Parts: sequence; structure tokens; C-alpha cells
Amino acid sequence: MKLSFRRKAVNAVMLTLTGACTFLVASVLLVILGYLAWNGLASLNLDFFTKLPVPAGETGGGMAHAILGSAKVLLAAMLIGVPIGFFAGVYLAEFGDGVFPGIIRYTTDLLNGVPSIVIGIFAYALIVLPMRHPSTLAGGIALGVMMIPISLRTTEEFLRAVPVSLREGAMALGAGKARTIFTVVIPAAKSGILSGLMLNLARVAGETAPLLFTAFGNQFWSPGWMLATATLPQVIYAYAISPYEDWRRQAWAAGFVLLVLVLSVNAVARFAIGRTTSRGRS
Amino acid sequence: MTAKIDTMSPIRAREPEAQNNVTPAPPPGETPFANSTIKLQAEHLNFYYGDFQALHGISLKVKEKQITALIGPSGCGKSTFLRTINRISETIRHTRVEGHIRLDGADILKMDVTSLRRRVGMVFQRPNPFPKSIFENVAYGVRVNGLDKKTPLAETVEKSLKRAALWEEVKDKLHDSALALSGGQQQRLCIARALAVDPEVLLLDEPCSALDPIATAKIEDLLFALKSQCTIVIVTHNMQQAARTADDTGFFLLGKLIEFDRTEVMFRKPSEKQTEDYITGRFG
Repeated sequence: MKLSFRRKAVNAVMLTLTGACTFLVASVLLVILGYLAWNGLASLNLDFFTKLPVPAGETGGGMAHAILGSAKVLLAAMLIGVPIGFFAGVYLAEFGDGVFPGIIRYTTDLLNGVPSIVIGIFAYALIVLPMRHPSTLAGGIALGVMMIPISLRTTEEFLRAVPVSLREGAMALGAGKARTIFTVVIPAAKSGILSGLMLNLARVAGETAPLLFTAFGNQFWSPGWMLATATLPQVIYAYAISPYEDWRRQAWAAGFVLLVLVLSVNAVARFAIGRTTSRGRS
Repeated sequence: MTAKIDTMSPIRAREPEAQNNVTPAPPPGETPFANSTIKLQAEHLNFYYGDFQALHGISLKVKEKQITALIGPSGCGKSTFLRTINRISETIRHTRVEGHIRLDGADILKMDVTSLRRRVGMVFQRPNPFPKSIFENVAYGVRVNGLDKKTPLAETVEKSLKRAALWEEVKDKLHDSALALSGGQQQRLCIARALAVDPEVLLLDEPCSALDPIATAKIEDLLFALKSQCTIVIVTHNMQQAARTADDTGFFLLGKLIEFDRTEVMFRKPSEKQTEDYITGRFG
């Protein structure tokens, strides 16, 4: 009788504990979203997306330059980080047995663990200093380098998950190795790889530290690729620590926009991955 | 069940390789049993996975336009043997072949692997359609081998699907994903895909092991119909299947070919004790 009471008590305590922690985890995201919306939604209007900032002290204006700047930096990052990671991933998946590929895999994992600020300094020393000024391109390169390890590993993992029977099927029809890879293996892994790349993009979209040295920031439009540019994370940083009430409200709004963008990319990518894996099992 | 199979198509007439034949092949559809040209010949074939020897001195002759079945317990080397015929075994690392396999007298190990695989098609144990449309699946080998320049692709695809007895079921959804088909349909699609390049030899590696009895019956009917057009080598775990479909049967055990003879001899009066034990179900 006593044992049974103890068992029930332990059960109730553990259930409460695990349930409460689960609830906490789930609610953190909602609290962050709600807090951002509460503080930022008031500044979120059409001007926010279409106008440049107004001089300090005036109210109004927007962050069009930072939204466009972020888009350009991310585009440059993708053009640099995705092809390098993708082709290296194809190599590792298809020819990746032995010592040399093992070393590449290991160094890639190390690169993934390098703090983003260190990559920022690296891009600063190698690109910004020789060019003598920060630029959209420098920011793109810094984020591009950050994208390489995950592009590489997701490509490799999804290619390796393609069944051997598909490769054999193609080769049995006379297709060579390269043809098999590009016409059967990669198409079979396509949606998985694309989703992985989207998650990767969402991850670097929020990076601030490497951009502080490289893209730097700008109060105006930044035409071309060679001028300093504002980006959403950098503007959030600059506005949040400013002494102006209106700027701080806009920082909240920018945070909200950034979070919603990143979350929606994440959601789309995860939905796509879920669909491919369930279809792959049928 | 074998729907409309285009047995009269002059497939061989436009094959340049056909000139290598020791004796010219008779037109398709004509008395396949009377013909006993040797299409494939293995001579003292040894095969190694690293240090492990999987095949020990296999010698056998596969007659043209007949069905040859290879039976034996799991791991006996029958699939390995099949996979050396189109050299797909080479795609696994650390494997080694000794001996010869001759296709129309020419050593396949010295051939260009692409042209060998065009002449020797293969169907695998589990249906492995590419994640593409039905049409693109059948067209794949044709495109790879550059054959679409000769005959319009749509024509080849239709003919191949008819030969695989799948046309009636898929003609209205050629551009749908092949992955939406049932297992049996997928396997027939894989056969159509292999047939699209007009192979002289068709290798089947336990093609029905993942299928239900109805789908199996359809595939077997198909094999009978295809026999007039190409030489078929089938690996099977199912002894009734070998007895029903094959002209010749070989029994493998532990990497050795124990016995090879006409199917009716193998199943009625095998000369080896081990063959008899296996066929009567005393082991394996």
C-alpha cells in the first residue's frame, strides 16, 4: 500500500516537472514573438519597408536600406557559400572514402565551430583592409564562409541517403558516374538539399558580429557591391543602443521583421524536408 | 495477362553489334526452342570481395533466347555472378574478377562498359524507379545512350511500355511520378526501362521477391513473351518460379556451381545429391 502511494507520488511529480519544462520551452518563443510585437508593431507601417531613416531626433522614416542591404548581403553569401559547399559535398558523398576526405570532413566541422566574430575579423583583415573600406561584398563573403560547412554537410548527408539501388539502376543503363550523380542522385536528393540550404540561409540571416566589421552600416542606400551597407541585424544593434525613443521602437520592429522572416523560411524548409523523407520511405 | 506485346518488331536488324554474332540470330518470334546458339559463356570465373572469394571457378553457358534460372540459398553467389555479367559488380570497392565472361564470343571484361550495359540490361530485386515521371524513367537509358536521335523518343517509350505489358495501365499518366505506381507496376516499369535500349540480354535479380503473387504472375508471363526477343538470366529464391519459367537452371552453393542442366532434368532427376536436397527442401 505504501509502495503504491510512493509510486503514484513520484509519477505525479515527474509528470508535472517534465510537463512544466516542455511548456516553458514552447512558451519562450511565444514570449519573444509577443514582446517584439508589443514593442515594435507600433513602428511597423508601410514607411518602415519603403523609407530611409530620418535624421536623429525626428520621428518616422524606415529601414528600406537595411532590408535591401540584408537581401544583397545574403544573396552574395549564397552565391559564395552554396556552390562551394554543394560541390564539395557532392565530392565527399560520391568519392569520400579515405584519409583526405576524412580530413576535409573534420576541418569542415571545425570551421562550423569557429565563432562568427572570428570569421568577421578574418574577412575584415583579408578584404576590408586591402580595399580600405567596408562593403556589401565583404559582408557577403563573411556570411558565405559561414555557410560553407553546413551547405557541405547537408549536401553530403542527403546524397548519401539516396539508395544505392537508384545509382545501380542508372549505371546498369549505361550511365557513367558523373551522369548518374547529376541526373539521378542529385535530383533524388534535391528537395532535401534545398531545404537544408534554406535553413542554412535562415541561420546566417541573423548573424550580426561578422557584419559589424565588413558591411559596417550606412544611413543611406548602398548602390552596387563595393560600398558599406546597412543590414537588419546591424541596424537593430545600432538603434537598440541609441538614446532616441523612436529609434529603439524601430529596433524592436526590425527585430520582429527579422524573426518572422527567419521563422517562415525555417517552417517552409522543415515542411519540405518532412515531405521528402516521408515520400522516400514509401 | 500479357496484353499487347510487340513481338514482331525488327529490333535486331538495326543493331551494329549484331554483326559480331557467331551465327546470325533468327528473326524474333520464330521458334525460340530450336535455337541453341550460346549467347553468354562464363569460363572459370572467380570473384573476390576483398579477401573473401565469393565465386569459385564458375563455368556455364547461357543459350540465346532462352530463360536461364540461377537458384540456391542466400549468399551462395548467384546474385554476385549475375552482377558480374553487366559488370555492375565493379561499382563496389575492393572487388576483383578472374576468368572470362564472353558475350557472343567477346570478353566483356575488355569491352567498353557503357556499350556492354546497353547490350545487357538489368532488373533489380526491389523496384528502383527514378524519382522522375514514368516517361522519363523509360527514356533514361535511351537518352544516356544517345539512341533518341534515331527513333522519336515517344515511340520508343510507348513500344517499351507495351513490351513490358504496362502501357494500358499508364498511357494516360505518362508524365506522373513513377513513384505513385504500385510495386508490381514499378517493377514492370523497370523492365520497360531496361527494354527501351533493346538489350540482347536481360538480367533479373530476384525480380519478384518484393511482389505479391498476382504481380509475380504478370512478370512471369512477361518473361515468356520476352524470351523470343532477348536472352534472359533470372536469379530466384523461388524454386517453383524457376521450374515454371526457365529452360535451363543452375544450382549455386557456397560460391560454386553445383549443377547446371535443362530445368526438367534439374527438377526431376538431378545428378548431384546437394541439388536434390535443396530442391526437395531438405536444406537452404
